[in-house]
Amino acid sequence: MNQKIYNILMVGVGGQGIITASDILTLAALIHGCDAKKSEIHGMSQRGGSVFSHVRFGGKVYSPVIAQGEADILLSLEEMETLRWLSYANNKSLVVVCRTRIKPPMVDNYPQGLEQELKKVCPNLLLVEPGMLSEQIASDKFFNVALLGFIAPLLPLSVKAWEEAVRATVPAGFLAQNLNAFKQGSIFYHSIKKEVNS
Amino acid sequence: MEKLLLSGNEAIALGAYEAGVTVGTGYPGTPSSEILEALTSYPDVYTEWSVNEKVAFEVALGAVLCGARTLVTMKHVGLNVAADPLFTSSYTGIKGGLVVVTADDPQIHSSQNEQDNRNYAVAAKIPMLEPADSQEAKDFTRLAFALSEQYDTPVLLRSTTRISHSMTVVAKDETPDRSHKAEGFERDRQKYVMIPAHALVRHSIVEQRMQKIAQDCNTLGINRMEPADPRIGIITSGISYTYVKEVLPKASVLKLGMVYPLPEQLIRKFAEHVAKLIIVEELDPFFELRIKAMGFTVQGKQYLPLVGELSPDIIRCGLKEIVPHDLFAQGGSASAQKLSTSYTPPPRPPSLCPGCPHRTTFSILNKLDVIVTGDIGCYTLGVLPPFSAMDTCVEMGGSIGMVQGIEAALGSRYTHNAVAVIGDSTFAHSGVTGLINAAYNKRHSLIIVLDNETTAMTGMQPNPLSGERINKEATVKLNYLKLAEAVGIKAENVHIVAAHARAEVENAITSSLKKQELSLIVVQGPCIILKRKRKKA
Repeated sequence: MNQKIYNILMVGVGGQGIITASDILTLAALIHGCDAKKSEIHGMSQRGGSVFSHVRFGGKVYSPVIAQGEADILLSLEEMETLRWLSYANNKSLVVVCRTRIKPPMVDNYPQGLEQELKKVCPNLLLVEPGMLSEQIASDKFFNVALLGFIAPLLPLSVKAWEEAVRATVPAGFLAQNLNAFKQGSIFYHSIKKEVNS
Repeated sequence: MEKLLLSGNEAIALGAYEAGVTVGTGYPGTPSSEILEALTSYPDVYTEWSVNEKVAFEVALGAVLCGARTLVTMKHVGLNVAADPLFTSSYTGIKGGLVVVTADDPQIHSSQNEQDNRNYAVAAKIPMLEPADSQEAKDFTRLAFALSEQYDTPVLLRSTTRISHSMTVVAKDETPDRSHKAEGFERDRQKYVMIPAHALVRHSIVEQRMQKIAQDCNTLGINRMEPADPRIGIITSGISYTYVKEVLPKASVLKLGMVYPLPEQLIRKFAEHVAKLIIVEELDPFFELRIKAMGFTVQGKQYLPLVGELSPDIIRCGLKEIVPHDLFAQGGSASAQKLSTSYTPPPRPPSLCPGCPHRTTFSILNKLDVIVTGDIGCYTLGVLPPFSAMDTCVEMGGSIGMVQGIEAALGSRYTHNAVAVIGDSTFAHSGVTGLINAAYNKRHSLIIVLDNETTAMTGMQPNPLSGERINKEATVKLNYLKLAEAVGIKAENVHIVAAHARAEVENAITSSLKKQELSLIVVQGPCIILKRKRKKA
């Protein structure tokens, strides 16, 4: 492992499985032999609120928090939340956005035009549809793990480390479904890889 | 050695277990709650959620006087509640090690204020350690027990939300010290009975002890110089240390693991090595004022905020005028441009969950447009639209006292338009004494307990109204009717109603307000998250 620190910021809304996904990623990094830290906030601010998790791994990691403009990957499970956390990304970051739309309680309608804004401000944007893997995975509740599989080919962690981390994190009864979701996510990434490289 | 990924809170529990802890007490409070929950999972440790932090501290103190190594946990404001025994435990000293965890909440992620509990170490004359990650959280907890027994003092361990809730790598000890046993209570009245004659003697001992620790901490391993570029010397601790290492990797650093008392000789040595001293600390200028008082010229809060958490970005921005440019890390984004958007997404403020049993009561209180003195818990969210049905929230149990003050201030002009609203756990914590006060002082208040069978805000901990202990063991449940009767509230003024029965809740509230006598309404309905959890189980 070189000394590079990988910075992954996962964002979304409570209940989307962000904490579980970031648990798996951080543990996979540890199993792979990296130093790893992750930071998130639980408590009052999270009752129905915006959820985020900073994951950093690689050589020696000091801060558990990613500095602004330093995220290698911004993985967003909700369209609008991407823009809330955008300043953590830079023009070289990969911004993966699942186009799930969850209306905030204070507004009548979900804001329009966010897709255009994302396309305008993110040079390396990958939009994925929430239902894109519904044929391949057992249920949408494994979609968070599928998205991990989706970014896995971009990270220097072994398949074995990922699998062990999934096994240690998810309930035993749902292991097979989670492992499959992870695999389908990776397959999907490879199927659109050309797009990413271009 | 096995490597684990642990939150700071889990690491504190592991450290306590490895140190031979046999008793753990506390009251839930973000960001401290997971410590005791984790400790409960270890064998041969008695744990309890106490009724409040003061009681938790007292149970802990009784246990340590028997020789048991004991951990007591709470959030920063919880230490206010436990401050009374904290201060005098400094005088009595301990027998078994006593470590008091205060989990502070810079940025007020989930609290009512942003107090810096390092100030308690000074005021109570108790040493305080502060870890910077989970490995240190574990190691410092073990060290805190050793120091506690070495110096015959409680030791404060300060965490913050970023330490408590971040997960970092921890090496597990293969040989935890589990041989320690409580020998039993041995009389020592000069030490444990703090009548004035004894206490004055003990105070001298406390002062001598603090002088000794202030001397010894100059060579304590957790106070560590990291000499590097001599132009800038940063003095820091805790999470701020990790940010400094990211932002200024080439600067000289003095990392303080013990944040009180301060190692004056070590600071002097560090100061001789560097041209300029800068203090990087969250919240109060705690180090800054003390190090200035030692006669050093330092810079700190002039460039860094007094309010909120620090971050790598805040430190970079704050110090750019006083630190040479070449000392800053270039970062992976040196050649990249931070993304920005002119679009501001609408906020997602926290709100009462769909299906929350508290919703009924708040919607009725909104309609009645009464003054609502509120309290600490999920239900404080009743202040936000669409309910907008809360007018005060200050501290645990405050609702019941404050509603009485409104009546006391207005006297005959009081129009019986104020109600106190409090949750079940908060009521047990410190609402009961307010209730006694209301009856005793002939108040006419309406007090509403919102009972959702759990301490929901902090993660579903059982409490004296749940009929369950921390380890899921069944236990007694406080009986509202008998309590109200014993306090002196008329039986016809006590109503226990189901949260889903809107008409009944509304009727109980309007009829009680009309009657203008001291009344208690308990609105019962399980927390929706608890209900889902039970279904799953």
